[in-house]
Amino acid sequence: MEEFALDSGNTAWMLTASSLVLLMTPGLAFFYGGMVRGKSVLNMMMMSFVSIGVVGVLWALYGYSMTFGSDIAGIIGNPAEYFGLVIDDADSLMFGSGVPALVAASFQATFAIITVALISGAVADRIKFGTWIVFAALWVTLVYIPVAHMVWGGGLLGMDGPIASALSTPIDFAGGTVVHINAGAAALALVLVVGKRKGFGKEPMRPHNLPFVMLGAALLWFGWFGFNAGSEFAADGTAGRAWINTTVATCAAMLAWLITEKFRDGASTSLGAASGVVAGLVAITPAAASVDVFGSIVIGAVAGVASALAVGLKFKFGYDDSLDVVGVHLVSGVVGTVLIGLFATAAPGSNTWWPGIGEEGGGLEGLFYGGGVTQLITQIVAALIAVVFSFVVTWVIALALKATMGWRITEQEEADGIDFAVHGETAYEGVGSTISEVR
Amino acid sequence: MKLVTAVIQPHRLDDVKSALESAGVRGMTVSEASGYGRQKGHTEVYRGAEYTVDLVPKVRIEVLVSDEDATPVTDAIVGAAQTGKIGDGKVWAVPVEDVARVRTGEHGDAAL
Repeated sequence: MEEFALDSGNTAWMLTASSLVLLMTPGLAFFYGGMVRGKSVLNMMMMSFVSIGVVGVLWALYGYSMTFGSDIAGIIGNPAEYFGLVIDDADSLMFGSGVPALVAASFQATFAIITVALISGAVADRIKFGTWIVFAALWVTLVYIPVAHMVWGGGLLGMDGPIASALSTPIDFAGGTVVHINAGAAALALVLVVGKRKGFGKEPMRPHNLPFVMLGAALLWFGWFGFNAGSEFAADGTAGRAWINTTVATCAAMLAWLITEKFRDGASTSLGAASGVVAGLVAITPAAASVDVFGSIVIGAVAGVASALAVGLKFKFGYDDSLDVVGVHLVSGVVGTVLIGLFATAAPGSNTWWPGIGEEGGGLEGLFYGGGVTQLITQIVAALIAVVFSFVVTWVIALALKATMGWRITEQEEADGIDFAVHGETAYEGVGSTISEVR
Repeated sequence: MKLVTAVIQPHRLDDVKSALESAGVRGMTVSEASGYGRQKGHTEVYRGAEYTVDLVPKVRIEVLVSDEDATPVTDAIVGAAQTGKIGDGKVWAVPVEDVARVRTGEHGDAAL
């Protein structure tokens, strides 16, 4: 067996990238927290924070093993294999780039954490905190881990899976299916079970702190460099490719969202800029290392327009996806995943990345780059599988929790504000308080 | 003329506004207020220190109306703001000696 050879440069980058991605979840807490009303900002931020707590512990115990352990039926890995992260560097997921096993496990932990936290935006202002905690544990185990295993752990949607042999290898560099389509489809299933907030579509529910939203978007963007460039698992030219694509696609998406708003509503808003940034980051995630700059700009721009239009659908169809997890993550996640089928390219010297590089006749070049329709069909199939799996399993989990713990706080608690109802504290009500007891 | 003042739960404001519009009221002044009646506030604990928050957020609505409109407007506010629980608030009307519209200089009922 080949011996593990530590590469300190790559390891230093992956430790940095892991820390960057972990920062995205508190960033998300600000992004979401600013968008709700002042009476529910703490609960909104707490749903992100507690996701770090729950998933962080479960990932170290069995999550990593159940995702990257030996394959069981193409759906999950063996949860006992690396239980408690007892793992040798010879089994490192990033063996090829000389990054130790524990660093690889840390990097992957941060992905599981943010994916769970993303869903919380759909159910703002109205759900029991305890039910959310149990949901986070069940969802990461029954939905995130299987999808991550299927795509990245050697399962159905991976390099050696049945789709790769029938069509081509689905390209998902950093998590278009695993993170964004997954969270978006789950959000849709969840809001259909949980139901609308009292007064949805009638009472004003405008964002209470747009500077928070912009701060959150900025932190997400910063952290996303770890997410996308880190997904190369090495500090090299392909990581640079992912970095530059992540930037230009996001810039294009922000501009596209602002222009869409200007024409539709008469003004380009700060909330639109922050939302456009996130839509662009979502869309480029699966494509970051497999398209050139021109492809990135188009993917970003299409995502910006598509998500700007999609956020209005919840009012039309009457589902209360409070902070547009469906409109932004599902829609832009599908845009990015599918457009790879048009724009994938491996121009010489471009530092682009391929799953199963060196294999013959695997599609991979996109339709616009002379590769035919194979890769496009592959991407659509992969997106569909992720949507259906996530939606169905999440639906079942949500129904089970509805029947046992229940999802909703009372209408009165919702009207008075969820912060005091479930956390016993308030963010901004300082007037007239007196200290009554020091314990 | 009368000044009708209401202090209500913040989340009832929208319904009260619509009720006032249906009752023919064309303008009002709304401000954020803090206070308590029989409700008293609630306690919050931060790192072991317990705080009593006596004053809870309320919304104050002020409407100037003619004498005969005072009772229907008061009733409209009560009807829309009521949840039946402690903390729903109060509405009262006081006589007003004179009202002037700044833009035109009109006085009395014409300025309402």
